[in-house]
Amino acid sequence: MRSYITIVLLISSFFRVSGQEDLMDLVEKETEAESNYAEQTFKGTRLVNGHSIETRKKGVLDVIIGHRFGRLNSGGYELFGLDDSQARLGVDYGITDRLNAGVGRSSFEKTFDGFLKYKIVRQQNGGGRNVPLSVVALTSVALNTLKSTTPGNEPSFNSRLTYTYQAILARKFSPSFSFQLSPSWVHRNAVPQSQDPNDVYALGAGGRLKLSKRLSLNAEYYYQFNRPDGSLTQNSFAVGFDVETGGHVFQLHFTNSRAMIEKAFIAETTGDFFDGDIHFGFNISRTFQLHE
Amino acid sequence: MDFKKHSSMKIFFIGLLLAGLATSVSGQSKYIDRQGKATFFSSAPMEDIKAQNDQAVSIIDTESGEVVASMLMRSFNFRKALMEEHFNENYVESHKYPKASFKGKVTNIGEVDFSKDGKYTLVVSGEITLHGITRPLTLKANAVIRNGAIQAHAVFPLTVKDFEIEVPRLVINNIAEVVEVTVSFNYQKMNP
Repeated sequence: MRSYITIVLLISSFFRVSGQEDLMDLVEKETEAESNYAEQTFKGTRLVNGHSIETRKKGVLDVIIGHRFGRLNSGGYELFGLDDSQARLGVDYGITDRLNAGVGRSSFEKTFDGFLKYKIVRQQNGGGRNVPLSVVALTSVALNTLKSTTPGNEPSFNSRLTYTYQAILARKFSPSFSFQLSPSWVHRNAVPQSQDPNDVYALGAGGRLKLSKRLSLNAEYYYQFNRPDGSLTQNSFAVGFDVETGGHVFQLHFTNSRAMIEKAFIAETTGDFFDGDIHFGFNISRTFQLHE
Repeated sequence: MDFKKHSSMKIFFIGLLLAGLATSVSGQSKYIDRQGKATFFSSAPMEDIKAQNDQAVSIIDTESGEVVASMLMRSFNFRKALMEEHFNENYVESHKYPKASFKGKVTNIGEVDFSKDGKYTLVVSGEITLHGITRPLTLKANAVIRNGAIQAHAVFPLTVKDFEIEVPRLVINNIAEVVEVTVSFNYQKMNP
Protein backbone atom coordinates (compact mmCIF):
# COMPACT_ATOMS: atom_id res chain seq x y z
CA MET A 1 0.00 0.00 0.00
CA ARG A 2 2.65 2.44 1.04
CA SER A 3 4.69 1.40 -1.95
CA TYR A 4 1.87 2.42 -4.30
CA ILE A 5 1.78 5.85 -2.76
CA THR A 6 5.51 6.12 -3.25
CA ILE A 7 5.22 5.07 -6.88
CA VAL A 8 2.44 7.55 -7.58
CA LEU A 9 4.35 10.33 -5.86
CA LEU A 10 7.49 9.41 -7.73
CA ILE A 11 5.70 9.36 -11.05
CA SER A 12 3.92 12.65 -10.47
CA SER A 13 7.11 14.32 -9.30
CA PHE A 14 8.85 12.95 -12.38
CA PHE A 15 6.22 14.52 -14.59
CA ARG A 16 6.65 17.80 -12.81
CA VAL A 17 10.44 17.89 -13.23
CA SER A 18 10.23 16.82 -16.85
CA GLY A 19 7.52 19.42 -17.46
CA GLN A 20 9.93 22.19 -16.41
CA GLU A 21 12.97 21.01 -18.33
CA ASP A 22 11.05 19.67 -21.33
CA LEU A 23 10.40 23.08 -22.81
CA MET A 24 14.05 24.03 -23.16
CA ASP A 25 14.91 20.60 -24.56
CA LEU A 26 12.07 20.92 -27.04
CA VAL A 27 13.23 24.24 -28.47
CA GLU A 28 16.84 23.09 -28.46
CA LYS A 29 15.86 20.09 -30.54
CA GLU A 30 13.91 22.30 -32.93
CA THR A 31 16.96 24.46 -33.55
CA GLU A 32 19.48 21.78 -34.39
CA ALA A 33 21.45 22.86 -37.43
CA GLU A 34 20.73 20.73 -40.47
CA SER A 35 24.28 21.12 -41.63
CA ASN A 36 27.18 23.40 -40.98
CA TYR A 37 29.27 24.51 -43.89
CA ALA A 38 32.84 25.49 -43.16
CA GLU A 39 32.84 29.24 -43.70
CA GLN A 40 35.90 31.39 -44.15
CA THR A 41 38.46 28.68 -44.66
CA PHE A 42 40.62 31.60 -45.74
CA LYS A 43 40.04 35.32 -45.42
CA GLY A 44 40.70 36.24 -49.02
CA THR A 45 40.07 34.74 -52.44
CA ARG A 46 43.87 34.66 -52.84
CA LEU A 47 46.16 32.94 -50.41
CA VAL A 48 49.09 35.10 -51.54
CA ASN A 49 49.63 34.80 -55.31
CA GLY A 50 47.37 31.87 -55.99
CA HIS A 51 43.66 31.39 -55.54
CA SER A 52 42.34 30.11 -52.26
CA ILE A 53 39.25 27.94 -51.95
CA GLU A 54 37.15 31.03 -51.12
CA THR A 55 34.54 32.33 -53.52
CA ARG A 56 32.71 35.61 -53.16
CA LYS A 57 29.04 35.36 -52.33
CA LYS A 58 26.41 36.18 -54.90
CA GLY A 59 26.33 39.84 -55.86
CA VAL A 60 29.65 40.70 -54.24
CA LEU A 61 32.28 42.57 -56.24
CA ASP A 62 35.78 42.22 -54.90
CA VAL A 63 38.26 44.80 -56.12
CA ILE A 64 41.79 43.52 -55.70
CA ILE A 65 44.86 45.67 -56.14
CA GLY A 66 48.09 43.72 -56.04
CA HIS A 67 51.60 45.08 -55.95
CA ARG A 68 55.00 43.42 -56.01
CA PHE A 69 58.05 45.57 -55.56
CA GLY A 70 61.52 44.79 -56.93
CA ARG A 71 64.01 42.45 -55.34
CA LEU A 72 65.13 43.05 -51.78
CA ASN A 73 68.71 42.19 -52.79
CA SER A 74 68.82 44.90 -55.48
CA GLY A 75 70.64 47.23 -53.09
CA GLY A 76 70.22 50.67 -51.53
CA TYR A 77 70.32 52.50 -54.86
CA GLU A 78 67.05 50.77 -55.80
CA LEU A 79 65.81 51.27 -52.23
CA PHE A 80 65.83 47.48 -51.85
CA GLY A 81 63.39 47.00 -54.65
CA LEU A 82 60.87 49.68 -53.70
CA ASP A 83 61.75 51.80 -56.78
CA ASP A 84 60.43 49.09 -59.04
CA SER A 85 56.95 47.65 -58.96
CA GLN A 86 54.57 45.33 -60.73
CA ALA A 87 50.85 45.70 -60.33
CA ARG A 88 47.70 43.79 -61.08
CA LEU A 89 44.35 45.49 -61.00
CA GLY A 90 41.44 43.14 -60.96
CA VAL A 91 37.90 42.37 -59.95
CA ASP A 92 36.24 39.16 -58.82
CA TYR A 93 32.48 38.89 -58.96
CA GLY A 94 30.10 36.44 -57.34
CA ILE A 95 27.64 35.28 -60.02
CA THR A 96 26.34 32.80 -57.46
CA ASP A 97 27.69 31.81 -54.07
CA ARG A 98 29.60 29.06 -55.86
CA LEU A 99 30.44 30.54 -59.26
CA ASN A 100 32.86 33.44 -59.49
CA ALA A 101 34.30 35.20 -62.51
CA GLY A 102 37.11 37.68 -62.63
CA VAL A 103 39.23 39.81 -64.90
CA GLY A 104 42.50 41.59 -64.37
CA ARG A 105 45.32 43.42 -66.00
CA SER A 106 48.91 42.95 -64.93
CA SER A 107 51.78 45.27 -65.75
CA PHE A 108 53.92 42.11 -66.03
CA GLU A 109 54.11 41.57 -69.82
CA LYS A 110 51.03 43.82 -70.12
CA THR A 111 48.84 40.82 -69.54
CA PHE A 112 45.05 40.65 -69.46
CA ASP A 113 43.57 37.71 -67.62
CA GLY A 114 40.18 36.23 -66.99
CA PHE A 115 39.03 33.31 -64.89
CA LEU A 116 36.08 31.21 -63.86
CA LYS A 117 36.01 29.58 -60.46
CA TYR A 118 33.43 27.09 -59.28
CA LYS A 119 33.01 25.56 -55.86
CA ILE A 120 32.07 21.95 -56.51
CA VAL A 121 32.13 20.59 -52.97
CA ARG A 122 31.68 22.40 -49.68
CA GLN A 123 33.16 21.09 -46.47
CA GLN A 124 30.40 20.47 -43.95
CA ASN A 125 29.35 18.49 -40.93
CA GLY A 126 26.16 17.90 -39.00
CA GLY A 127 22.75 16.70 -40.08
CA GLY A 128 24.14 13.28 -40.92
CA ARG A 129 26.34 14.67 -43.67
CA ASN A 130 30.05 14.77 -43.28
CA VAL A 131 32.13 16.23 -46.08
CA PRO A 132 35.76 16.53 -45.03
CA LEU A 133 36.94 19.02 -47.62
CA SER A 134 35.99 21.69 -50.12
CA VAL A 135 36.84 21.41 -53.80
CA VAL A 136 37.10 24.25 -56.30
CA ALA A 137 37.74 24.11 -60.03
CA LEU A 138 39.53 27.06 -61.56
CA THR A 139 40.24 27.86 -65.17
CA SER A 140 42.04 30.97 -66.28
CA VAL A 141 43.32 32.43 -69.49
CA ALA A 142 46.05 35.04 -69.90
CA LEU A 143 46.75 37.24 -72.91
CA ASN A 144 50.18 38.76 -73.20
CA THR A 145 49.93 42.06 -75.13
CA LEU A 146 53.57 43.08 -74.98
CA LYS A 147 54.75 44.50 -78.31
CA SER A 148 57.49 42.64 -80.06
CA THR A 149 60.97 44.09 -79.73
CA THR A 150 61.55 43.52 -83.44
CA PRO A 151 58.92 45.51 -85.38
CA GLY A 152 57.03 43.59 -88.02
CA ASN A 153 57.56 40.34 -86.14
CA GLU A 154 54.42 40.43 -84.02
CA PRO A 155 53.45 37.05 -82.58
CA SER A 156 50.02 35.76 -83.50
CA PHE A 157 47.08 36.20 -81.14
CA ASN A 158 47.02 32.47 -80.40
CA SER A 159 50.66 32.34 -79.43
CA ARG A 160 50.00 35.05 -76.84
CA LEU A 161 47.54 32.89 -74.93
CA THR A 162 48.19 30.72 -71.89
CA TYR A 163 45.63 28.57 -70.10
CA THR A 164 45.67 27.31 -66.54
CA TYR A 165 43.49 24.58 -65.07
CA GLN A 166 43.53 24.05 -61.38
CA ALA A 167 41.71 22.00 -58.80
CA ILE A 168 41.86 23.27 -55.25
CA LEU A 169 41.22 20.92 -52.35
CA ALA A 170 41.00 22.55 -48.96
CA ARG A 171 40.16 21.67 -45.44
CA LYS A 172 39.53 23.92 -42.49
CA PHE A 173 41.02 21.73 -39.77
CA SER A 174 40.15 24.12 -36.98
CA PRO A 175 39.02 27.75 -36.74
CA SER A 176 42.67 28.75 -36.81
CA PHE A 177 44.25 26.27 -39.23
CA SER A 178 43.37 25.63 -42.87
CA PHE A 179 45.34 23.85 -45.59
CA GLN A 180 44.92 23.44 -49.33
CA LEU A 181 46.47 21.54 -52.23
CA SER A 182 46.23 22.80 -55.80
CA PRO A 183 47.18 20.45 -58.62
CA SER A 184 47.75 22.75 -61.60
CA TRP A 185 48.25 22.47 -65.33
CA VAL A 186 49.56 25.43 -67.29
CA HIS A 187 49.32 25.22 -71.07
CA ARG A 188 51.29 27.75 -73.10
CA ASN A 189 50.47 28.02 -76.78
CA ALA A 190 53.98 29.32 -77.34
CA VAL A 191 57.11 29.07 -75.22
CA PRO A 192 60.05 31.48 -75.07
CA GLN A 193 62.80 28.82 -75.45
CA SER A 194 62.56 25.59 -77.38
CA GLN A 195 63.52 23.47 -74.37
CA ASP A 196 60.66 24.98 -72.32
CA PRO A 197 57.68 22.65 -72.10
CA ASN A 198 54.33 23.83 -73.45
CA ASP A 199 52.62 22.10 -70.58
CA VAL A 200 53.77 22.69 -67.05
CA TYR A 201 52.41 20.48 -64.31
CA ALA A 202 52.64 21.68 -60.75
CA LEU A 203 51.30 21.08 -57.29
CA GLY A 204 50.58 23.98 -55.00
CA ALA A 205 50.37 23.63 -51.25
CA GLY A 206 49.36 26.40 -48.90
CA GLY A 207 47.93 27.10 -45.52
CA ARG A 208 47.01 29.68 -43.01
CA LEU A 209 47.41 29.92 -39.29
CA LYS A 210 45.28 32.48 -37.52
CA LEU A 211 47.30 34.47 -35.04
CA SER A 212 44.31 36.47 -33.81
CA LYS A 213 40.74 37.08 -34.96
CA ARG A 214 41.90 39.51 -37.60
CA LEU A 215 45.46 38.45 -38.34
CA SER A 216 46.70 35.30 -40.01
CA LEU A 217 50.00 33.91 -41.26
CA ASN A 218 49.85 32.45 -44.78
CA ALA A 219 52.32 30.50 -46.88
CA GLU A 220 52.20 28.80 -50.26
CA TYR A 221 54.53 26.83 -52.48
CA TYR A 222 54.12 25.63 -56.05
CA TYR A 223 56.27 22.71 -57.12
CA GLN A 224 56.85 22.19 -60.86
CA PHE A 225 57.01 18.54 -61.83
CA ASN A 226 58.52 18.90 -65.28
CA ARG A 227 60.97 21.76 -64.95
CA PRO A 228 63.68 21.04 -67.55
CA ASP A 229 67.29 20.71 -66.43
CA GLY A 230 69.07 24.03 -66.63
CA SER A 231 65.78 25.93 -66.58
CA LEU A 232 65.99 29.46 -65.26
CA THR A 233 62.63 29.11 -63.56
CA GLN A 234 62.19 28.47 -59.88
CA ASN A 235 59.36 27.09 -57.82
CA SER A 236 57.18 29.84 -56.43
CA PHE A 237 57.20 30.44 -52.70
CA ALA A 238 55.40 33.06 -50.67
CA VAL A 239 54.84 33.86 -47.04
CA GLY A 240 52.76 36.68 -45.64
CA PHE A 241 50.12 38.03 -43.35
CA ASP A 242 46.42 38.70 -43.84
CA VAL A 243 45.11 41.67 -41.91
CA GLU A 244 41.37 42.04 -41.88
CA THR A 245 39.75 45.36 -41.10
CA GLY A 246 36.03 46.09 -41.58
CA GLY A 247 35.52 45.79 -45.34
CA HIS A 248 39.13 45.31 -46.43
CA VAL A 249 41.61 42.50 -46.35
CA PHE A 250 45.23 43.64 -46.51
CA GLN A 251 47.73 40.98 -47.45
CA LEU A 252 51.40 41.78 -46.91
CA HIS A 253 53.91 39.24 -48.11
CA PHE A 254 57.33 38.21 -49.34
CA THR A 255 57.67 36.10 -52.45
CA ASN A 256 60.15 35.18 -55.17
CA SER A 257 57.44 35.68 -57.83
CA ARG A 258 56.82 38.99 -59.52
CA ALA A 259 53.54 38.16 -61.19
CA MET A 260 50.13 37.55 -59.68
CA ILE A 261 48.51 35.28 -62.26
CA GLU A 262 48.77 31.50 -62.30
CA LYS A 263 50.66 30.94 -65.52
CA ALA A 264 53.33 33.45 -64.57
CA PHE A 265 54.05 32.63 -60.94
CA ILE A 266 53.75 28.87 -61.43
CA ALA A 267 55.79 28.58 -64.63
CA GLU A 268 57.77 31.82 -65.01
CA THR A 269 59.16 32.63 -61.58
CA THR A 270 62.86 33.33 -61.89
CA GLY A 271 63.83 34.64 -58.47
CA ASP A 272 65.62 32.40 -56.00
CA PHE A 273 64.00 33.08 -52.63
CA PHE A 274 66.94 31.79 -50.63
CA ASP A 275 69.38 33.86 -52.65
CA GLY A 276 67.59 37.05 -51.62
CA ASP A 277 65.48 37.44 -54.78
CA ILE A 278 62.56 38.38 -52.61
CA HIS A 279 59.82 40.77 -53.58
CA PHE A 280 57.89 42.56 -50.90
CA GLY A 281 54.28 42.94 -51.94
CA PHE A 282 50.72 43.49 -50.92
CA ASN A 283 47.17 42.80 -52.05
CA ILE A 284 44.33 45.03 -51.00
CA SER A 285 40.89 43.51 -51.32
CA ARG A 286 37.78 45.62 -50.93
CA THR A 287 34.33 44.14 -51.38
CA PHE A 288 31.19 45.88 -52.53
CA GLN A 289 27.74 44.39 -52.34
CA LEU A 290 26.20 45.14 -55.74
CA HIS A 291 23.12 42.95 -55.45
CA GLU A 292 21.39 41.73 -52.34
CA MET B 1 -7.90 -12.41 -1.75
CA ASP B 2 -8.50 -9.39 0.38
CA PHE B 3 -11.33 -7.48 -1.30
CA LYS B 4 -10.52 -4.23 0.47
CA LYS B 5 -6.93 -4.24 -0.63
CA HIS B 6 -8.00 -5.02 -4.17
CA SER B 7 -10.29 -2.02 -4.38
CA SER B 8 -7.71 0.31 -2.92
CA MET B 9 -5.29 -0.94 -5.56
CA LYS B 10 -7.88 0.00 -8.17
CA ILE B 11 -8.21 3.45 -6.67
CA PHE B 12 -4.50 3.96 -6.91
CA PHE B 13 -4.43 2.83 -10.51
CA ILE B 14 -7.24 5.25 -11.26
CA GLY B 15 -5.23 7.89 -9.43
CA LEU B 16 -2.22 7.05 -11.55
CA LEU B 17 -4.31 7.29 -14.72
CA LEU B 18 -5.64 10.64 -13.59
CA ALA B 19 -2.13 11.87 -12.92
CA GLY B 20 -1.16 10.79 -16.40
CA LEU B 21 -4.23 12.47 -17.82
CA ALA B 22 -3.45 15.67 -15.94
CA THR B 23 0.01 15.84 -17.49
CA SER B 24 -1.37 15.23 -20.95
CA VAL B 25 -3.92 17.97 -20.30
CA SER B 26 -1.12 20.32 -19.26
CA GLY B 27 0.57 19.34 -22.53
CA GLN B 28 -2.37 21.08 -24.19
CA SER B 29 -1.29 24.36 -22.66
CA LYS B 30 1.87 24.56 -24.75
CA TYR B 31 2.03 26.86 -27.75
CA ILE B 32 4.86 26.88 -30.26
CA ASP B 33 6.24 28.98 -33.11
CA ARG B 34 8.95 27.37 -35.21
CA GLN B 35 9.37 30.29 -37.57
CA GLY B 36 9.55 33.20 -35.24
CA LYS B 37 11.33 36.37 -36.23
CA ALA B 38 14.20 37.93 -34.37
CA THR B 39 15.88 41.03 -35.74
CA PHE B 40 18.54 43.29 -34.41
CA PHE B 41 19.33 46.79 -35.40
CA SER B 42 22.60 48.58 -34.78
CA SER B 43 22.74 52.28 -35.49
CA ALA B 44 26.24 53.79 -35.51
CA PRO B 45 27.65 57.02 -37.02
CA MET B 46 29.15 55.22 -40.02
CA GLU B 47 26.42 52.74 -40.86
CA ASP B 48 23.23 51.02 -39.82
CA ILE B 49 23.30 47.26 -39.60
CA LYS B 50 20.20 45.13 -39.59
CA ALA B 51 19.87 41.38 -39.54
CA GLN B 52 16.92 39.05 -39.39
CA ASN B 53 16.46 35.48 -38.28
CA ASP B 54 13.26 33.80 -39.52
CA GLN B 55 13.84 30.50 -37.80
CA ALA B 56 13.65 31.36 -34.14
CA VAL B 57 11.80 28.73 -32.12
CA SER B 58 9.79 29.57 -29.02
CA ILE B 59 7.37 27.77 -26.76
CA ILE B 60 5.03 29.30 -24.21
CA ASP B 61 3.21 27.27 -21.59
CA THR B 62 0.03 29.19 -20.82
CA GLU B 63 -0.52 27.27 -17.60
CA SER B 64 2.86 27.67 -15.94
CA GLY B 65 3.71 30.90 -17.75
CA GLU B 66 7.04 29.47 -18.83
CA VAL B 67 8.56 30.89 -22.01
CA VAL B 68 11.60 29.51 -23.82
CA ALA B 69 13.22 30.48 -27.11
CA SER B 70 16.24 29.37 -29.08
CA MET B 71 17.79 30.29 -32.41
CA LEU B 72 20.86 29.56 -34.50
CA MET B 73 23.21 32.50 -34.89
CA ARG B 74 24.04 31.39 -38.43
CA SER B 75 20.40 31.89 -39.40
CA PHE B 76 20.73 35.66 -39.13
CA ASN B 77 20.60 37.17 -42.60
CA PHE B 78 22.39 40.39 -43.36
CA ARG B 79 22.12 42.73 -46.30
CA LYS B 80 25.83 42.34 -46.99
CA ALA B 81 27.48 38.91 -47.22
CA LEU B 82 30.65 40.24 -45.62
CA MET B 83 28.75 41.56 -42.59
CA GLU B 84 27.27 38.11 -42.09
CA GLU B 85 30.72 36.53 -42.28
CA HIS B 86 32.15 38.98 -39.79
CA PHE B 87 29.17 38.60 -37.49
CA ASN B 88 29.64 34.83 -37.30
CA GLU B 89 33.41 34.72 -37.45
CA ASN B 90 34.54 37.68 -35.39
CA TYR B 91 31.72 38.86 -33.16
CA VAL B 92 29.37 36.13 -31.96
CA GLU B 93 31.80 33.32 -32.86
CA SER B 94 29.10 30.96 -34.12
CA HIS B 95 31.53 28.05 -34.36
CA LYS B 96 31.95 28.17 -30.57
CA TYR B 97 28.52 29.43 -29.58
CA PRO B 98 26.06 28.34 -32.26
CA LYS B 99 22.86 29.38 -30.46
CA ALA B 100 21.25 32.14 -28.50
CA SER B 101 18.54 31.16 -26.07
CA PHE B 102 16.09 32.57 -23.57
CA LYS B 103 14.40 30.95 -20.64
CA GLY B 104 11.89 32.83 -18.53
CA LYS B 105 8.45 33.19 -17.09
CA VAL B 106 5.45 35.43 -17.60
CA THR B 107 5.29 37.12 -14.22
CA ASN B 108 1.81 38.61 -14.63
CA ILE B 109 0.19 35.39 -15.81
CA GLY B 110 -2.72 36.02 -13.42
CA GLU B 111 -3.80 39.04 -15.48
CA VAL B 112 -4.00 37.08 -18.72
CA ASP B 113 -6.82 34.81 -19.85
CA PHE B 114 -5.34 32.82 -22.72
CA SER B 115 -8.69 31.28 -23.55
CA LYS B 116 -10.24 34.64 -24.39
CA ASP B 117 -9.50 36.81 -27.42
CA GLY B 118 -7.97 40.12 -26.52
CA LYS B 119 -4.89 42.26 -26.14
CA TYR B 120 -2.56 41.88 -23.21
CA THR B 121 0.80 43.07 -22.02
CA LEU B 122 2.98 40.22 -20.83
CA VAL B 123 5.84 40.91 -18.47
CA VAL B 124 8.47 38.25 -19.12
CA SER B 125 11.42 37.81 -16.84
CA GLY B 126 14.25 35.37 -17.28
CA GLU B 127 17.73 34.81 -18.60
CA ILE B 128 19.23 35.27 -22.04
CA THR B 129 22.30 33.35 -23.19
CA LEU B 130 24.34 34.74 -26.05
CA HIS B 131 28.01 34.26 -26.99
CA GLY B 132 28.22 31.87 -24.03
CA ILE B 133 27.26 34.58 -21.53
CA THR B 134 24.04 34.44 -19.53
CA ARG B 135 22.40 37.68 -18.40
CA PRO B 136 19.08 38.45 -16.71
CA LEU B 137 16.49 39.96 -19.02
CA THR B 138 13.05 41.38 -18.34
CA LEU B 139 10.89 42.57 -21.18
CA LYS B 140 7.38 43.64 -21.94
CA ALA B 141 5.65 41.90 -24.79
CA ASN B 142 2.47 42.93 -26.52
CA ALA B 143 0.29 39.89 -27.01
CA VAL B 144 -2.80 39.46 -29.10
CA ILE B 145 -4.89 36.37 -28.54
CA ARG B 146 -7.19 35.49 -31.38
CA ASN B 147 -8.80 32.21 -32.46
CA GLY B 148 -6.59 30.16 -30.19
CA ALA B 149 -3.33 31.64 -31.46
CA ILE B 150 -1.04 33.96 -29.54
CA GLN B 151 0.84 36.72 -31.29
CA ALA B 152 3.60 38.25 -29.21
CA HIS B 153 5.91 41.09 -30.07
CA ALA B 154 8.68 42.61 -27.96
CA VAL B 155 11.47 45.13 -28.37
CA PHE B 156 14.39 45.32 -25.98
CA PRO B 157 17.94 46.66 -25.95
CA LEU B 158 21.05 44.54 -25.55
CA THR B 159 24.45 45.97 -24.68
CA VAL B 160 27.11 44.36 -26.86
CA LYS B 161 29.73 44.62 -24.12
CA ASP B 162 27.56 42.68 -21.63
CA PHE B 163 28.02 39.58 -23.73
CA GLU B 164 31.79 39.97 -24.06
CA ILE B 165 31.53 40.65 -27.77
CA GLU B 166 34.62 42.60 -28.68
CA VAL B 167 34.37 45.46 -31.13
CA PRO B 168 37.78 46.64 -32.33
CA ARG B 169 38.46 50.35 -32.13
CA LEU B 170 38.81 50.55 -35.89
CA VAL B 171 35.12 49.78 -36.44
CA ILE B 172 33.79 51.48 -33.33
CA ASN B 173 31.95 53.94 -35.57
CA ASN B 174 30.32 51.11 -37.49
CA ILE B 175 28.83 49.10 -34.66
CA ALA B 176 26.54 50.45 -31.96
CA GLU B 177 27.23 49.78 -28.29
CA VAL B 178 23.58 48.99 -27.72
CA VAL B 179 21.59 47.13 -30.33
CA GLU B 180 17.83 47.05 -30.53
CA VAL B 181 16.39 43.56 -30.63
CA THR B 182 12.88 42.84 -31.89
CA VAL B 183 11.25 39.46 -31.54
CA SER B 184 7.87 38.42 -32.82
CA PHE B 185 6.23 35.08 -32.45
CA ASN B 186 2.98 33.69 -33.68
CA TYR B 187 2.28 30.79 -31.34
CA GLN B 188 -0.01 27.95 -32.35
CA LYS B 189 -1.27 25.23 -30.10
CA MET B 190 1.29 22.47 -29.93
CA ASN B 191 0.28 18.96 -30.92
CA PRO B 192 0.76 16.72 -27.90
